[in-house]
Amino acid sequence: MTAIKNQMKLSFMSIPENVPLARVTVAAFASQLDFTLEDLEEIRVAVSEAVSNCIIHGYKNDPNYTVSIICTVFEDVLEISIEDQGVGIEDVSQAMQAAFSTESDRMGLGFTFMQSFMDKLNVESSLNKGTKVTMVKRPLDVAAAALEES
Amino acid sequence: MIKLSFSNNKKTTIVRVAGELDLVAADQFRNEIDAAMEKNCSDNIIMNLNGVRFIDSSGLGVILGRYKKIKMRGGKMALVSAPVQVKRILELSGVLNIASSYETEDEALQAM
Repeated sequence: MTAIKNQMKLSFMSIPENVPLARVTVAAFASQLDFTLEDLEEIRVAVSEAVSNCIIHGYKNDPNYTVSIICTVFEDVLEISIEDQGVGIEDVSQAMQAAFSTESDRMGLGFTFMQSFMDKLNVESSLNKGTKVTMVKRPLDVAAAALEES
Repeated sequence: MIKLSFSNNKKTTIVRVAGELDLVAADQFRNEIDAAMEKNCSDNIIMNLNGVRFIDSSGLGVILGRYKKIKMRGGKMALVSAPVQVKRILELSGVLNIASSYETEDEALQAM
């Protein structure tokens, strides 16, 4: 088990105005690792997508619920977990397909961006219990060095 | 919060967008553009994205929604001077495969 170097927890009401708060706060926390500006922009997009999903899909735009984020630094890796206690996803693999959206005028690209911009993405969901998205990213030079070693 | 400013050139509405195109901005972005196009009876739209600091799929969804609406009426959509990080998201989403991208509003206007 890798030791935790730093951790942050953030909980907020499920209103759209908290989406920018979430992405800015997580990016600020992430900046303690050696991420490039492009990496930090990717983290901002991934967090924005995950939190928007909690509000739109998990809680069906009901503001009276809570979205929780835990960010953890393990050595040189950032793990972000974003959780709601909403309706859950019936079919996670279908939801993760590009261009699938249950809402019109949305692109169904949320999970695609999370997958493209983060190194790992894991989605756990139970109907009427909620959804937890866990994303992992490590700075590029660290990732390259690890690849060379293997 | 986003700031939108509009001008018209014949049947083309030009919208200059500043701010972050996310879930907070999506409704305002959609409603103001639809109202401006309706008021001017526009066929085409040019979106100047020079002032956009952030975009995610909520913002992209509105752009795509306007594209579908305009296309159904036989009009055109062009995107102008998107900053690098915004352009990257537009490319990844495939929006740039359907809407043309230009450096300046004049270039986009000539293509309308």
